[in-house]
Amino acid sequence: MLQIDCPWCGPRDETEFSYGGEAHIVRPSDPDATSDEAWADYLFMRTNPRGRHAEQWCHAHGCRRWFNVVRDTVSYRIEAVYRIGGQGPGGSHDPA
Amino acid sequence: MSESPRRESPLAGVGSQPVVGDAATVRLAERPFRGQLNLRGDVASPTFVDAVTGVLGGPLPVQPNTVADHGEVRIFWLGPDEWLIITPEGAGSDLKTVLQKALEGIHFALSDVSSGQTTLVVSGPDAGSLLSKSCTLDLHPRAFAPGQCAQTLLAGSTVLLSRLDRAHGPEFELVVRRSFADYLWRCLADGAEEYQPA
Repeated sequence: MLQIDCPWCGPRDETEFSYGGEAHIVRPSDPDATSDEAWADYLFMRTNPRGRHAEQWCHAHGCRRWFNVVRDTVSYRIEAVYRIGGQGPGGSHDPA
Repeated sequence: MSESPRRESPLAGVGSQPVVGDAATVRLAERPFRGQLNLRGDVASPTFVDAVTGVLGGPLPVQPNTVADHGEVRIFWLGPDEWLIITPEGAGSDLKTVLQKALEGIHFALSDVSSGQTTLVVSGPDAGSLLSKSCTLDLHPRAFAPGQCAQTLLAGSTVLLSRLDRAHGPEFELVVRRSFADYLWRCLADGAEEYQPA
């Protein structure tokens, strides 16, 4: 079981959280002008890295806030936790 | 034949039966029918903060997972922009009206959730051990002191847990969804059996 450090509530068990997939995905600003290929890429295509992965989690049974986590998909080690809008390691962040 | 409306605790049926006797080191009880208001707003807005503070007689708890007591009103931190206000029985709707009036023109949300939730009380010297059977939080007073609260899972159901120590020993309040109350009560009663002297 993972222990996730909620940016609001502190360390809690994984069972209190729900997973929200890859973080920092930017919605095309003008969907009408976006090609089908680019739209499908935005909707469906996700990176599947071996190693560091920026992802979204929600503290579903706690404060019910979404936040970002950088987790190693091999070791499951959580490298960083930061709020939505916050700055992650390596300058990763949510779209403005 | 029409009957006049009546309220019923979600624990009507189970809650009235004494599960553990007076000699037990854990006691279960319900505090039903208290007024419960869910308030959302922006603490960065001074007009919101001033209006709420004026009505409640003190500030909202802004530290995560803390409780503020203002007279008979308890306010729980639920999130960075969300609080649960618990009032004595019958005072909820009046407070809602006053708050709504004070917050007029300000961006906020206020909902009466009184009938959706109830409060279970677990008290006695072994209250912490009973809860620890089905809760992963550290409930030692060093880690979870009076004045703190936590939304967490207890035996699989979402609860808002807080500690209110009394002269006679530890006491925990569990705010639970109405539909989970019966299950949780039975679960706790089952777990409490071992604390009953033979």
